[in-house]
Amino acid sequence: MIKILKYSFYDLMRSRWSYVYFLFYLLLGFVLLFLNNELSKAVITLMNVIIVLVPLIGTIFGVMYYYNSKEFTELLLAQPIKRSSIFLGQYLGVAGSLTVSLVLGLGIPFALYGLFQSNAIWDFSLLLITGAFLTLIFTAVAFNIALSNENKIKGFGYAVLAWLFLAVIYDGLFLMSLIVFEEYPLDNLSLIATMFNPIDLSRTLILLKLDISALLGYTGAIFKQFFGTNLGLFMSIFMLCLWTVIPVWRLAYVAKRKDF
Amino acid sequence: MKRREVFFCSLLLLFGIHLQAGTITVCGSCKVKTIKEGVAMAADFDTLLIKKGTYNEFNIQITKPLTLIGENYPVIDGGDKGEIITIVSDNVTIDGLFIINVGTSYTADYAAIRVVQSEHFLIQNVVLEKLFFGIYLEKCKNGKVYHNKIIGDAVDEYNSGNGIQLWYSQNIVVERNIVQHVRDGIYLEFSDNITIENNISSDNLRYGLHFMFSNDDIYKDNTFENNGAGVAVMFSKRIKMLGNTFRKNWGTASFGILLKEINDAEITGNTFEENTVGISIEGSNRINYSKNNFIKNGWAIKVRGACYTNTFIHNNFLYNSFDLAYNSNLNDNIFDENYWSNYTGYDLDRNGTGDIPYRPVKLFSYIVNRTPETIILLRSLFMDIIDFSEKVSPVFTPDELVDAKPLMKRIK
Repeated sequence: MIKILKYSFYDLMRSRWSYVYFLFYLLLGFVLLFLNNELSKAVITLMNVIIVLVPLIGTIFGVMYYYNSKEFTELLLAQPIKRSSIFLGQYLGVAGSLTVSLVLGLGIPFALYGLFQSNAIWDFSLLLITGAFLTLIFTAVAFNIALSNENKIKGFGYAVLAWLFLAVIYDGLFLMSLIVFEEYPLDNLSLIATMFNPIDLSRTLILLKLDISALLGYTGAIFKQFFGTNLGLFMSIFMLCLWTVIPVWRLAYVAKRKDF
Repeated sequence: MKRREVFFCSLLLLFGIHLQAGTITVCGSCKVKTIKEGVAMAADFDTLLIKKGTYNEFNIQITKPLTLIGENYPVIDGGDKGEIITIVSDNVTIDGLFIINVGTSYTADYAAIRVVQSEHFLIQNVVLEKLFFGIYLEKCKNGKVYHNKIIGDAVDEYNSGNGIQLWYSQNIVVERNIVQHVRDGIYLEFSDNITIENNISSDNLRYGLHFMFSNDDIYKDNTFENNGAGVAVMFSKRIKMLGNTFRKNWGTASFGILLKEINDAEITGNTFEENTVGISIEGSNRINYSKNNFIKNGWAIKVRGACYTNTFIHNNFLYNSFDLAYNSNLNDNIFDENYWSNYTGYDLDRNGTGDIPYRPVKLFSYIVNRTPETIILLRSLFMDIIDFSEKVSPVFTPDELVDAKPLMKRIK
């Protein structure tokens, strides 16, 4: 598995896509800091980028890589290698290289602008951690979609749709349901609904750091417990882990049984 | 200024007299062993020098002009039995005492030091611990409460008292005090012409400063931090709040300041940082807000209704989750030339103000007002999209509530 992981990783490095991605974040980081000149505001802007862009890039990259390396995968399948190592190796190669690009690309400009002396460092590290989680989750989702669809166009369509659904439509439906059922106690519902969407989950995690003062303005006891103690932080991180593990497990499961 | 001069003169006068007056020393091994004895023996304008030691006394009545000076903070332990020092005479000075264990009662407001209907008093360098009420001024005039430290251990509101309480008092200066862990840090009721300056009021159960029916007061350069509900200013006129800091007042009913039925006030140069609500305004008219900094609050300003002719000019609104919440469609308040960190406009004519107006009320803040649970969707992409469409053509938010000249650079 390690060999295949290494191969995928270097393959991506050679194809320069990782560099492009890395340079994009590097540029973004510098431009943000240059325009804002203040770390805390840059962190807020960055949050929007991470929550929208990272999943999108993870999805598209994952699908693209899977379809592109399909022939090579089939070649590997003919060899005496465990199927799960082939697919997991490829997945980890892609997700790993994307994560490294993200962390380095954003980390370098912020470090140069004096992050370590600033008290925004925890907000920022949390941002990078959620970014890494989102990359892992959405690459896994993309691999799953690609594995289940032989047709490239269909696969791409579903992948983009999945992103659109989780990034925008889900929140819309969520909001509608909250407004429609506003006469009922909704604390539990809203927290549970958040758990079912990794993008919302990462957003909540970052909100815990950035907007805690606003979140504590609401009168619900469950909210207060969730946001006021460390419970929210642990719950969110636990759910993000679950969100990573389940698609990866399904990937291995389906790959093992699929007839190529 | 004039008031301060009068006060200073009176101090000098007091000092001059006391040079000629006698000094009585109180200590464990002296002839005079208790403060009560000392007070009984003293003639008018004498000084009681209290040496280091512990004095188990309560109900010390000071009925003549005296100066009580503690040397190296002598401890007066009230043993939870009742009030400790009661001043019922003019020209009394209390300096450098450590008073502990004030009695708690549900029928009487026992205080560590109570001043009743007196003038020209000075209470300074006093440390109070384990108290019910701290310093209680009742119908007093022209006094000063300076550089005291009041540290309570309040747990419940119903059986705890206030740090410094002023009731029907006038021309008092409350300066450089530290008040912690009591019910209300500083409480004013029916007290006019009071100056509250450079105090630090933190970790109190209810309010850092509580103001009721008190007019023409100034509070300046104070710090209010992490109080149960921040600072409440209610039913008062012509109040000046200058250069105060309000920090970290978190909670469902918590705010930097609550203004309720306040008219003709001036709020200038204050900093509101990381509060759930920076300022909550209700039924307050003709208030000038200028040069304030609102930093990282949940809501910088929450306007709850019946607020007319208020002006907000030259304030900084930095990284608040919501800049303004407004619950009606009517607007009679003026927002002009503020700096909004959320402003996304441009300044092509380079005059320092943005070319397109800024709308501080977001659609999302309207939605959260209606369905509070939706707060969980804060900063989601979907919300940004609908906020944007509302910004382009306002339907739900007050149409004329705009800052027509938002500044491009933060006011220093």
